[in-house]
Amino acid sequence: MQQSTAVSYDYTVARWFTYTTIAFGIIGMLVGVIIALQLAFPALNGIAGEYSSFGRLRPLHTNGIIYGFTLSGIWASWYYISQRVLKVSLNEYPFLKLISKLHFAVYFVIMLLAVVTLWMGISTSKEYIQLEWPIDILVVVAWVLWGISIFGAIGVRREKTIYISLWYFIATFLAIAMLYIFNNLAVPTAFVSEGVGAWYHSVSLYAGTNDALVQWWFGHNAVAFIFTSGIIALIYYFLPKESGQPVFSYKLSLYSFWSLMFVYLWAGGHHLIYSTVPDWMQTFGSVFSVVLILPSWGTAINMLLTMKGQWQQIAENPIIKLMILASTFYMFSTLEGPIQAIKSVNALAHFTDWIVGHVHDGVLGWVAFMIMAALYHMAPRLFKREIYSKKLVDIQFWIQTVGIVLYFTSMWIAGITQGLMWRATDQFGNLAYSFIDTVNALHPYYAIRGLGGLLYLIGFFIFSYNMYKTMTVGKELTEEPANKTPMSA
Amino acid sequence: MFHWLEKNPFFFTVVLFVVIAFAGLVEILPNFAESSRPIVGKKPYTMLELAGRNVYIKDNCMSCHSQLIRPFKSETDRYGSYSLSGEYAYDRPFLWSSKRTGPDLHRVGNYRSTDWHENHMKDPQAIVAGSIMPKYPWHFTNSADIATAFDEAVTVMKVFGVPYNKEGNPTVPATFSEAKAEMIAEAKEIAKDMKDPGVKAALENGDIKEIVALIAYLNSLK
Repeated sequence: MQQSTAVSYDYTVARWFTYTTIAFGIIGMLVGVIIALQLAFPALNGIAGEYSSFGRLRPLHTNGIIYGFTLSGIWASWYYISQRVLKVSLNEYPFLKLISKLHFAVYFVIMLLAVVTLWMGISTSKEYIQLEWPIDILVVVAWVLWGISIFGAIGVRREKTIYISLWYFIATFLAIAMLYIFNNLAVPTAFVSEGVGAWYHSVSLYAGTNDALVQWWFGHNAVAFIFTSGIIALIYYFLPKESGQPVFSYKLSLYSFWSLMFVYLWAGGHHLIYSTVPDWMQTFGSVFSVVLILPSWGTAINMLLTMKGQWQQIAENPIIKLMILASTFYMFSTLEGPIQAIKSVNALAHFTDWIVGHVHDGVLGWVAFMIMAALYHMAPRLFKREIYSKKLVDIQFWIQTVGIVLYFTSMWIAGITQGLMWRATDQFGNLAYSFIDTVNALHPYYAIRGLGGLLYLIGFFIFSYNMYKTMTVGKELTEEPANKTPMSA
Repeated sequence: MFHWLEKNPFFFTVVLFVVIAFAGLVEILPNFAESSRPIVGKKPYTMLELAGRNVYIKDNCMSCHSQLIRPFKSETDRYGSYSLSGEYAYDRPFLWSSKRTGPDLHRVGNYRSTDWHENHMKDPQAIVAGSIMPKYPWHFTNSADIATAFDEAVTVMKVFGVPYNKEGNPTVPATFSEAKAEMIAEAKEIAKDMKDPGVKAALENGDIKEIVALIAYLNSLK
C-alpha cells in the first residue's frame, strides 16, 4: 500500500485548464445570451455587421461551450484526478509533464484558431464539427497528446485497479477519436484542382443522406462522450470525495458503464426520424434511445444513493448541492431525450425549440453544474486556499437554478406551440397558420428564455469572481483538506 | 471478467473499443452505396450555385432553415412534395439542418423569385412583417468566392465522379478563366431580375457579389 502523502502531485496543467474553463465559460455563455436575445429582438443582429449575425455567432457559442468550457473542465479534472487515483505524480515523470503542457498549448492554439475562423465564416457546416481540415489535424495532435498522457500515466501507475472515473475518461478518449476522424473525412479542394481558391477549403467524403448519417452518428455521440461520459468521470470522483461517502454500488456502476457504452452509439438515428434515411435505422435510433434510460438512470441513482444517510450535507455544503442537482438534471434530461426520440413525439418536436430546451437542461443543469462543483472542489487543493465565499456559492446556485427553470419551461412551451401550429388545420383541412404566425407566437417565450440565460450568465460571473478571489485572497491552507472543501462564510 | 479488465487497461481499452464501434458498423456501413444514387434527372449544381451554396454555409443559414420536407400532409402542403434521398446525391455536405426557426427551403426555388430574394435579404422585415431574420447587407458588397467554387466543382468531378460536362448537365471547363466567364454569364441572367445598381455595376466589371451567387443557389432548390 502506498501512502498518498508520499507522492507530491503536480497541478500546473490542471490550473491552466481551470483558467480556460472559466474564460471559455464566460465567452461561450455570453455569446449564448446574445444570440438568445437576437431571436427575441432581431435588431441586435446588426450591432457589428456580418460579425454579429446569429448565423456567425451560433457556432462560437456551441463550440465555445462544448470544446472550450466543457473540455477544459474535463481536462482540468483529468490532470487532477488521474494522478490521485493512479498514485502517480507528474513530478516523477518529466516526459508526461511535458506532454501535458504540450497538450494544453496545442489545445489553446486550436481554440484561438477556432474562434477566428468560425467568426470569419470558414466552416464545413456540420454542427459541432465546423472546423476546416488544417485545424482538424491540430485537433488530432491534441487528442493524441491526451492519449499519451492517459496511457502513459496508466502504464506507470502504482494503483493496480483502474478507478471508475478512468473508465469514463478512456471511453471519452476512444469514442471521440473514432467519431471525429470518420465524420471529418474530406477532400481538400486545393489538392485536386489548381488551387485557385481558398487553400483550406474541403468537400465532405460523404454525400447527402450518407453524410447526414455519419454526421448524426457523430453529433449525438459527441454529446454522449463529452457531455455524458466526460462528466460522469467527474461525478464518480468528486461526489464520493467531497461527501466522504463510498460509491453506493460497484455492480450498478459496472452495469451502467458497459450498457451505456453499448447502447449510446445506436441512438444517433433519432436525429433523423422521418428523414430520408432507411426506416429501420430510424426505428433503431428510436428504440435504443428509450433503452438508454436504463444506464443513464443507473448512474444517476448510483450517485444519489451514495448520499444515503448523509442528506443533511446538502444543506451544509453547497458543493454537494451543486452535484446533487446536477445528477437530478441528468435524470431529467435522460428521460426527456428518450421521450423526444419516440417517433410520434419526434414528429412534433423535431426542428422546434423543445430540442433546444432539452440540450440546455442537460448542459446547464448537468454539465456546467458538475464542472463548477469540480472546480470548487479542486480550487483549495490546487491553490492551497479556502473557497473565498460560501455565501456566494449559495447565491450563485439559486440564481442559476431559476435561470435553468425559466430556460427549459419557456422552450417547452415554445417548441410544443410551434409544432402544433405547424400542423394545425382549419375545418376544411387547410393549414391554419402561415409560417410567420408561428414565429410571432414565440416572441414572449424567446424573451423569457433570454432572461433565463442571462440569469445563468450572472451566476457564472459570480462563480468566476468567487474563483478569482479564492485564488488571490482566499485564506491560506497549511494542509490539504481530506473531504469537505473548506469555505469562508 | 470485469474485475480482470479493470486491472488490465490494455484489454479494457480493446474490449471497450469493440463495444463502442459495433453500432457504427451495423448501422452505417450497409447503406452506403444504396442511398448515394441520384434520382433520375437530377443535375449537379453549377459552379455559380456552388459558390452560392458556400455563402449559405458561410453565413450558417442552416442554423435556422431546414432543407428536409418530412412526409406529413402539413409539411407537403406548406413546402411541396416530401424530400427523397436521391435528391441529395450531390450535396457535400448535406444541409438538412436540425432547427426550423425560419421555414424549410428545400423547394424554395418553386415559389420565390430572384427579386423577392433580393428585397428580402436586404430587409426581411419589409417583406415579411414580424420576421426575426437578420438583414444581410454585406451580401451586396462582398464578392462571391468563385475561385473556391471552381476548385470544388473540379474536385467533386474528379474524385466522386459527379457527371459534369455530360449531356444537359452543367459544365466545368478546364481552366479557371473559362470557368469565370461562364459564371459571369450565368450571374448576368440572374442580375437581369435584380435592381441593386452596385451589384449590377460590379458584375459589369467581372465581380460577382455574394447575393447573386446565393440567389442562383436558392433558385436551384426545387
